[in-house]
Amino acid sequence: MTDNQPEITIVGGGVVGLSIAVGLLQSGHKVIVLDGNDNDARASFGNFGLVWGQGKGWDFAPYAKLTADAIDAWQNFSDNLNELSGLDVSLDQKGGFEFFTDPEEFKSFIGMLEIQKGHSGNRFSFETLSGDELRKQIPGIGSKVVGATFSQLDGHVNPLRFLRALQRSVQALGGKIRSNTIVKKTESNKNGGFSLTLANGTLISTEKVILCAGLGSMQLANQLAFKTNIRPEKGELLITEKLGSELPFLSSTIRQVDEGGVQIGGTNADVGMNDSETLSDMVDLARHAVDVYPALSNVRVLRAWGALRVMTPDGYPVYAQSEECPGAYLITCHSGVTLASLHASILSDWIDDNIKTPNLEAFNEARFKI
Amino acid sequence: MKPDSRFNTLVKSTKDVNFTLFGEVVTAPKGSTLAAAILSHSGDAFRQTETGALRSAFCMMGVCFECLVEVNGNPNTQSCMILVEDKMVVKRQVGLRQIGICEND
Repeated sequence: MTDNQPEITIVGGGVVGLSIAVGLLQSGHKVIVLDGNDNDARASFGNFGLVWGQGKGWDFAPYAKLTADAIDAWQNFSDNLNELSGLDVSLDQKGGFEFFTDPEEFKSFIGMLEIQKGHSGNRFSFETLSGDELRKQIPGIGSKVVGATFSQLDGHVNPLRFLRALQRSVQALGGKIRSNTIVKKTESNKNGGFSLTLANGTLISTEKVILCAGLGSMQLANQLAFKTNIRPEKGELLITEKLGSELPFLSSTIRQVDEGGVQIGGTNADVGMNDSETLSDMVDLARHAVDVYPALSNVRVLRAWGALRVMTPDGYPVYAQSEECPGAYLITCHSGVTLASLHASILSDWIDDNIKTPNLEAFNEARFKI
Repeated sequence: MKPDSRFNTLVKSTKDVNFTLFGEVVTAPKGSTLAAAILSHSGDAFRQTETGALRSAFCMMGVCFECLVEVNGNPNTQSCMILVEDKMVVKRQVGLRQIGICEND
């Protein structure tokens, strides 16, 4: 393979693109990953690192099942990455909480999890704890917490080390990652395959092209006749100083990275491509963290940032092959960390369309057709 | 000033403040930052990292977080970002800070 004639070209070198590359390389394919630059939105640099099931797909059974599969596959995936990259991504699936300070929100979330459980059978379970039960179980939980749900399947990884482990794994498997590479145009060739024009004028000729450039996918997706709209949703988060004390819980909004710092997050805002942080959101995040665990009140915040989630119209993943340009794939999702274990395994069977191909029909683009 | 300090203080002040540094009462010119006062007093490390390495102030402008000390009981305080004050009690920052458990809030 020459560098400009790869068998498979993956556009997007974030968590999604690299995970898919790992799977394809392990199935014997020749892969090039084209990564953009730091002017891009780069969700993989700003995320929270959760491997999370609670609430996922409560109103869409296929997503609830897909998430359960992904969570099951994570330990193997993490071992695989460790072997390939020499890096431990600190996978910790010790179970996670969702904390509530509003009784109505608590009640409605329990209802959602009941439905999710119905979709997933015995593969998803959760516990419900009142505020007092919780404070008995975890001394130090604040009096404003009215209750929590707990799923023993939920966990997290170190998000930046995970990204580095993926990059190293791709390289260890002989894949190429080309950084600072912007794809301007993708065309489907008459006699099969695709031509990609890079911003610097280079032409890449490839048999298959996989778009997983997050918010950067849109323009190229239109050129390949995909129908999905992808929109940004801003989330902000705070990072505290590193603590020598272990935080006695993991939640979807407050988590301690293995290095000691605490990430506090969970806002969402529809503000286009603007990823700047706002004082009011930072105040809300800090207040939430102190409401949940008052001992955090004198902990210093060192950094804060906003990052853009990659959202499809209904929030569920898209695994689609273009009808007009077969061989072109669009893969986009919000939960790129949780689903990575599947992206690095069964997705290569799906792209190969081999005997083990998973049924991902529920996630194609048919649902967005007018 | 101890002989092993390689720093001369440039602050011209007629007033001095007294503060406790690593258990010893020392004098510094009013108006100097705490980091400058520590550097000009001694060659001792400001802090000890979690893995046991000794560190001292480096950037003197709030970026590197090497000058962390405990000030009046507040851990992980950047000494280059505050002025030395009379009766300040400054201790070495050893390892990562701990947090307690709030039983009542």
